[in-house]
Amino acid sequence: MPGENSISRRGLFMKVGILFNGLVASALAVPVVGFLLSSITRGRAGAYLSWVPLGRVSEFPEGETRLATFRNPYVMPTDGKTADTACWVRRIEADQFQVFAVNCAHLGCPVRWFAQSGLFMCPCHGGAYYRDGSRASGPPERGLFEYPYKVENGLVTIQAGELPTPGAAMALLGKKPPCAS
Amino acid sequence: MRFLARIGEWFDRRLQLAAPIREVAEHPVPRNTASWWYVFGSAALTVFILQLVTGILLALIYVPSAGEAWSSLQALNHDVTLGWFIRALHGWGSNFMVAIVLIHMAQVFLFGAYKFPRELTWIVGIFLLLMTLGMAFSGQVLRFDQDAYWGLGIGASIASRVPIVGPLIVKLMLGGPIIAGATLSRFFALHVFVIPGMLIGFVVVHLLMVVKLGINEWPMPGRVVKRSTYVSEYHELTKKDGAPFVPYAVWKDLFFAAFVLLAVAACALYFGPFGPTGRPDPTVIQTAPKPDYFFLWLYGLLSYLPPSMETPALLIGPVVVIAFLLLLPFLSGEGEKSWRRRPIAVLTVLLIAIVLGTLTHLAGYTPWSPHMNAWSGDPVPDKFLRGTTALQRQGALVFQVKQCRNCHSLGDLGGQRGPALDSVAVRLTQDQLIRQVIQGGGNMPAYGKNLSPAETTALVAFLATLHPQGQAPAREAARDVVLGGEQAKRPKTEP
Repeated sequence: MPGENSISRRGLFMKVGILFNGLVASALAVPVVGFLLSSITRGRAGAYLSWVPLGRVSEFPEGETRLATFRNPYVMPTDGKTADTACWVRRIEADQFQVFAVNCAHLGCPVRWFAQSGLFMCPCHGGAYYRDGSRASGPPERGLFEYPYKVENGLVTIQAGELPTPGAAMALLGKKPPCAS
Repeated sequence: MRFLARIGEWFDRRLQLAAPIREVAEHPVPRNTASWWYVFGSAALTVFILQLVTGILLALIYVPSAGEAWSSLQALNHDVTLGWFIRALHGWGSNFMVAIVLIHMAQVFLFGAYKFPRELTWIVGIFLLLMTLGMAFSGQVLRFDQDAYWGLGIGASIASRVPIVGPLIVKLMLGGPIIAGATLSRFFALHVFVIPGMLIGFVVVHLLMVVKLGINEWPMPGRVVKRSTYVSEYHELTKKDGAPFVPYAVWKDLFFAAFVLLAVAACALYFGPFGPTGRPDPTVIQTAPKPDYFFLWLYGLLSYLPPSMETPALLIGPVVVIAFLLLLPFLSGEGEKSWRRRPIAVLTVLLIAIVLGTLTHLAGYTPWSPHMNAWSGDPVPDKFLRGTTALQRQGALVFQVKQCRNCHSLGDLGGQRGPALDSVAVRLTQDQLIRQVIQGGGNMPAYGKNLSPAETTALVAFLATLHPQGQAPAREAARDVVLGGEQAKRPKTEP
């Protein structure tokens, strides 16, 4: 008769069996979790963000704001049209630009440019921004998101590849846009 | 008949399910629970089964690929025989399911059914509600159109506000850096495998507890729940005044289930399927995305919250609400069940219903959104131009061209974001009008940099004419003193 603290042979085997399954499950969990988190762990600078050309400088008249589109630098074969992205390009003068994301800094709806009043307006909750992207009125807490840009060989190029969202520290996407208040 | 009975016996000898099924069907329920108030749970289950069947049918054609989902929905709507009807059933089924689950929850709350010993049934029910809402949102994503695309952007914008890990959550949610193929695929997996699987499991547990613990008796004022005595009192009740669930109570469930299915089918037939709206092309920005009806209240709330409150409300609000719902049976697990003795419970339900209803109603016509085409589409009604001077007419032109109409209405035409200007001259003096136009303020942008002095003068001249007949425009008394009698008495704005 086994005592109170002793363990039977079968009982020991069962416990070893459970332990064995636990070990195998933990080992398998590593690739499973790795796969699940791959969209995070892929890293930004290495994979998602790249410099993409928007067009020649001459396509953007001085003092005007025009809509430009680009193909997202990171695509999957099934992305279709969703990998095409729009942005607002403001040419201040010569090689001085501002490139804004179309996504409202409130909740990401697409803002539209109204040249006559010099305002970007959002159709969702009424966020409005001045021509330099700074907040004019409405619920947004900040100005429009700006892409870092450079002008090389007469081409306007921006660093893009991520959906701009209010929470993402936009410092990672470059300089902070001006804010009205 | 005898042959059929023998086949049945053959199967039951092996499955041994007849006895437990009979036991469940004939378990005694208190007589007064055979009420039309007790039919919403079974109706929710019925619609859920409809969703499973129509969902599988849609999956025969639907392609969960960002490049082709929209076209496959068009094919369902226009090419596949009765594809439009199956889509409509599924879409209306989802609307009905959310509504019925909410009604069921309100009824359970008002009847005190969450109290001892049914705490866990309530908690599982809360998870069922969350999963139902998860199905509704992910289903809206699968209808991969403009609303779905920008709706995902709104979801990502909200998720991104979580401190520190927000941007990581966004990538996990989108399956990559942008809303694209991987996003649709993972929402497909959620909508078709993960959430329905969990839903089925939780529904089974939910129903098991309803059968094991017995249906909540009809609440009587003064019949107070006590942990020590409730179970024996309930058994006493079912013994004394009970009846077998089948057929005594079940016929009402059957009638209501059939009625709900008929209502879903009628809506599907009459109104047809939902969308898809425009192609999900992010370069087409001429769109004003709107969520489906069960999230319209949230859309309304987000435009009324002050900016500083928004992030805390979005992140802490749901946690507090869900935590409160989960803790409810522990906070008031005993005591009165009857709504007649629980005025705060009744008022809470009414208040929530009115708030949600009002926000949903407002989101139906979005008074907070600018009308993006009002400046070019809605003319200034001629009654405002009759008898005006050249300068004032020029002002009306400035008013139109500078998109003021997008936010301000005249004669009920135009945006409602800002106040209607039909009688603005009564509220503001000319000086105040100039200040408001140039500096903005309240919720209005400053137009100082976008109006020349001449344009401002003309615009204010026009605005100063906007007052009802027989009601004098606002006038600053100090002007009379400073400028002397003659000039200050001039009502209009000639400079």
